[in-house]
Amino acid sequence: MTESAPPPREDTATRAAPTDEVLAQAQRWREAGHPVALATVVATWGSSPRQPGSQLAVNADLEIVGSVSGGCIEGAVIGEAQAAMADGKARLLEFGVTNERAWEVGLACGGRIKVLVERVGDSP
Amino acid sequence: MKDATLARILEARAARTPLAVVTRVSDGAQGVVSFDGADPSLPEEAAADASRRIADDESGTVEADGEAWFVHVHTPPYRMVVVGAVHIAQPLVKMAVLAGFDTIVIDPRSAFATTARFPGVQVVDLWPDEAMESLRPDSRTAVITLTHDPKLDDAALGVALRSPAFFIGSLGSTRTHAARCKRLRREGFSDSEIARIHGPVGLAIGARAPAEIAAAILAQVVSVRRGGAAAS
Repeated sequence: MTESAPPPREDTATRAAPTDEVLAQAQRWREAGHPVALATVVATWGSSPRQPGSQLAVNADLEIVGSVSGGCIEGAVIGEAQAAMADGKARLLEFGVTNERAWEVGLACGGRIKVLVERVGDSP
Repeated sequence: MKDATLARILEARAARTPLAVVTRVSDGAQGVVSFDGADPSLPEEAAADASRRIADDESGTVEADGEAWFVHVHTPPYRMVVVGAVHIAQPLVKMAVLAGFDTIVIDPRSAFATTARFPGVQVVDLWPDEAMESLRPDSRTAVITLTHDPKLDDAALGVALRSPAFFIGSLGSTRTHAARCKRLRREGFSDSEIARIHGPVGLAIGARAPAEIAAAILAQVVSVRRGGAAAS
């Protein structure tokens, strides 16, 4: 079959399916020697915007690809991701609704969500 | 997640084979389940649940050995095959890529099918039936013909109608579509087979400009894929 030459590696960022692109970017960071952490939605209740399996990857420079919510909990997840990059331990985070304690991280939509944060790679 | 596990997920994606990554949520212990078998370190119930979830394409949590395990199913990406490297194909391909489709453009007219017009997209300059046979549309593939040229559109539609493609659509007016259906009937396709074709393709949103027509087409594909109310 006659085809165009495959696009350069950077171009894959615009080609792949969203969840897979998160992993493809995580791999590129790993190959460049960066510490990387991966956050995965493992359970949701109520009106959470992202389904189980949705992922976010972050490197030590705090570059981010993907999402685990509509933006409500990403800040807290990234904090835990930095901790996971440092100690190599996976952690399970749970977020619920914010109401009377509005300064706490929570989901304005009224949903609840569990997110698993893990380090990628055997060494930081 | 080990680097090797990450590599395995991405290899499976490239090969269009599904797999599941099974993770103990208490500590991140992890194994892979695929058609080739399950990581022996995983509890049997978790591996069995993962196999079932691969078939259903549904990630979720399972209890095994008194612990919760998250089964993350990685299925091959959806594909959109666009026949006709015409003006509408340019915004359609961009939008489809944003929506997560692996996108392929087919057009034997090499003046149209250039990578300059379709940066970052696989462009195939073969005759549509030959190109379609080699792509083998599966149940995660949408086929959309845009050329209006019976020689090109019908060649692609013949292969698409014999495939399990989840969406088949053809651009063209109601009159063009009626003529198309007549030709396909003469080729021996039944009315119910021909009824799989969304024609004229795209939701009725009053689209006029190429990008608007592309939005109408992508919206219809998404609606069929997700079982939305606006699927027809």
